[in-house]
Amino acid sequence: MTTFRAHLLVCAGTGCVSCGAFDVRRALEDEVRRRGLEREVLVVATGCNGFCERGPILLVQPDGVFYQRLKPEDIPGLIEEHLIKGRPVPRLMYVPPEEREPVPRMRDIEFFKHQRLIVLRNRGRIDPESIDESIAYDGYAAAAKALTEMTPETIVAEITASGLRGRGGAGFPTGLKWAAARRAPGTPRYVVCNGDEGDPGAFMDRSVLEADPHAVIEGMIIGALAVGAARGFLYIRNEYPLAVARVGTALEQARRYGLLGTDILGTGFDFDLEVVRGAGAFVSGEETALMASIEGNRAFPRQRPPYPTERGLWGRPTVINNVETWANVPSIIRRGAAWFAGIGTATSKGTKIFSLVGKIANTGLVEVPMGISLREIVYGIGGGIPGGREFKAVQIGGPSGGCIPKSLLDLAVDYESLKAAGSMMGSGGMIVMDEDTCMVDIALYFLRFAEEESCGKCSPCRVGTGAMARLLARITAGEGTADDLARLETLAATVKQGSLCGLGQTAPNPILTTLRYFRDEYEAHVFDKRCPALVCKRLISFAIDPSTCVGCRLCKKACPAGAIAGEPKKVHTIDQDACTKCGLCLSVCPPKIRAVRKTSAGAGAAGSPTASIRADASGPSRGGR
Amino acid sequence: MRTPKSELEALSAKASGGKRALIQVLQDIQDRFHWLPPEALEQVAADLGLPLAQVYGVATFYRSFSLSSRGRHICTVCLGTACHVRGGAAILDEFERRLGITAGRTTPDGAYTLERVNCLGACALAPLAVVDGRYYSRMTEAKVAAALSGTEKDGHG
Repeated sequence: MTTFRAHLLVCAGTGCVSCGAFDVRRALEDEVRRRGLEREVLVVATGCNGFCERGPILLVQPDGVFYQRLKPEDIPGLIEEHLIKGRPVPRLMYVPPEEREPVPRMRDIEFFKHQRLIVLRNRGRIDPESIDESIAYDGYAAAAKALTEMTPETIVAEITASGLRGRGGAGFPTGLKWAAARRAPGTPRYVVCNGDEGDPGAFMDRSVLEADPHAVIEGMIIGALAVGAARGFLYIRNEYPLAVARVGTALEQARRYGLLGTDILGTGFDFDLEVVRGAGAFVSGEETALMASIEGNRAFPRQRPPYPTERGLWGRPTVINNVETWANVPSIIRRGAAWFAGIGTATSKGTKIFSLVGKIANTGLVEVPMGISLREIVYGIGGGIPGGREFKAVQIGGPSGGCIPKSLLDLAVDYESLKAAGSMMGSGGMIVMDEDTCMVDIALYFLRFAEEESCGKCSPCRVGTGAMARLLARITAGEGTADDLARLETLAATVKQGSLCGLGQTAPNPILTTLRYFRDEYEAHVFDKRCPALVCKRLISFAIDPSTCVGCRLCKKACPAGAIAGEPKKVHTIDQDACTKCGLCLSVCPPKIRAVRKTSAGAGAAGSPTASIRADASGPSRGGR
Repeated sequence: MRTPKSELEALSAKASGGKRALIQVLQDIQDRFHWLPPEALEQVAADLGLPLAQVYGVATFYRSFSLSSRGRHICTVCLGTACHVRGGAAILDEFERRLGITAGRTTPDGAYTLERVNCLGACALAPLAVVDGRYYSRMTEAKVAAALSGTEKDGHG
C-alpha cells in the first residue's frame, strides 16, 4: 500500500453533494495533479461528516484541519498554501457564531467535541467504497471473532448483556429478539435490515449506509450466525440511490473477500445478502408491512403477535433490526458487552444518532451518548437558534413523536424519559422550532402526513387521521370552537388505542404533546382567531408601514395578485381584499427598509383586519392547502 | 407517449421468481420510462404469471410509481419537516402559481411536472427545491422564478 503525506477527505454525503462537493473534489484532484503531488497527497471521498450546515467540507489529515463551505475556486489557493507552503488557510475555516477567531482543528469545534462515535466511528475517515479501508479500521474483526471463537448462544448472550435496544423506534431489547428467533422452530430463517427511513427530517440510517456500509453487513453476518439464518435482506428506500449503490458495492467486495457466500472464512457457515429497494410508502417502515413489501405485496401491516421472530418472511422466523442497530453489533462483539453497557443510562445503553435540523445554527448529524440533555444537544452541539430567535420546542421522533417544550430542555434523553414526556425516540429526527413556528400548524402538518401515508387497512387510522387533520385545519383557519378541542382529544385517544400498527397508534402524538405543552396557542387560534407565530395564512395580514416605505416598487412588481398600489417614491398600500398572503412582498422588501409588516391582530382587537381576512377565503387563496 | 415495446419486453423478461420480483421490475421500468404505461403493467403481469389486478394494486400503492406520463422538466419541492418549519409550503405555493398546476400534476403542454417530496434528507439546505436534478438550497419565493427560468429555453410559456 502506498503511503501519502496527506489525505484530503472530502465529504460526499448527500448534503455536501447537493451543494457542490463533487465539483470541489474534482478541483482538488485537478490541482493535486497540476502540482505533481499525486504521489504525496491522496484525495478521498468519504461518507457524511455530519456537519451538513457547513458543506462542502474538507478535512486535511494528519493535521486534522477542517475547511468548510468550499468552492472550486478556493482550491488552488488552499493547495498552494496548506500543502506546499504548510500554512493552513484561516479564511476557509469554521468561525463559531458570534466569534471572530477561526477554529482550525475539527476536534476543537463544539459541534464535534461533545459527540461520541460508535456507529459513525468511520464517518469522514474512510472511503466507504473500499473494503480495505474498512478492514484497516477493524472492519470484519468482530465477524471473524464471532465465527471462530463464539457460539450462537454466546453471541446472543453478549448482545443481551450489552443492553442494546432497537434504534428504529420502540426500543425493543435486541438480545431478546434474537433469542426469540433462535428458539422459534422452522427453517429457513432470515435476517432483515430495515433501511426504510421514512421520517421526514431523519437521515441517520442513510448516512450510516453511505458512510460505512460494511459495518451494517458485518452486524448482519453476526446476527445471522446467532439465529441460524442463511439469507438476509437489506430493505433500502428508493429515494436513497447513493446508499443503494454503496451497499451494492460493499456486498460485491465482501463476497469477493469470502465474507459473504458459502463457507465464510473457512468456517462452514453460509450466508448471503441482497438489497431490496423500497418503493415509497412510509408504512413500509413498520416491520410486518416491510416483510409484505419484500414478498412483493402492497405494504400492509398485520396484527402482532405472532411476531416476526416466530412468523416472519414467508412465515419463517425472521429478525428485523434497523440500520443503526445492526451497525452497533460489531463494536459490541469486538469490545465486549461491558464496555457498551458502560455508556448511557440505566435503561438505555450506548449512543444514539440524531439528525439535528430546523431552526438550529448547526444543522447536521450527531452521535451522542444516551442520557445527554436536550440542552447540550441544542445549545452545546447545535449552537442554538440562529438569528437571535427564541427556542420554542424540539420535535423528536418524526410523525410518531411529540414536541418537547423549553421547560424540559434539561431532560436526559433516553427511551423512557422521552416516552414519559409524550414523545418517543423514534428513529432520531430532532426538529428544532423557534418562536416563528406555529404549533397548531405543526400538528396539522404531521396529521396530514399520517393521513396521506395511512395504508387504509384499519379504520381508526384511515378515518381518524383524516378527521383529526380536518379539525386542525378548521382551527388554523380560525373556524375552530371549544368543542373542536375536546373532540380532538377524544379522537386522538381513540386512534391511539384502536389502530392496528405503529403508524396509527402513534399518529396522534404530535397533537397530544402540542395540546399538553402549547394549549395557549390552540386557544389563541380558537378564541382570539389569532396565530401568535404569524404562520396560519387565514389569520394573518400584511401591511406596509407608511413611515418606512420609500416607494421602491419592488413589492408592487413582485405581487402576483396585483394587490399593491402606489406611485414610484410614494408610500405603497396593500389591498387586503385582493391579497393572497403569499408573503412575496415581505421577502422582497429590502432588509434596510423593512416596511412590509406581517400581523395577526385577531378578532377582538381594534381596527381588526378580520373582515379582509375572511374576504380572502372566497378568493384564490391557497391557505387551505 | 409510447414506450419502445422491445425495451419494455426486455426489462420485463429479466424478472423471474414470480411475485417476489414484481416491485423490482416495476422500479426498473419506472426508472427507464419515468412512468408505468398501461402496456407495461400488462406485460409484467403476463411475464410473472400474476393477475393484472395484483400488478395494478402494487403499482398504485407505492408513491414512487407514476401511472401518468411526466413532463420534460421535473420540479420537486421538499416538504420534509425541516423544510416545512423554514417555509417550504410557501415555496410550493409559488411553484404552483407560476406553473398554474397543483402538486402532482403536469402542465397541459407536457413541459413541467410539479412534485412534492416528504424529505430529501438534505435538511441543512432547507427549504429545498430541485429542478431537473439541480438543487436550489435555502429557497425563497423570490428565487422560484430564477429556478424555473433556467429551463425555459426548452419552451414553456
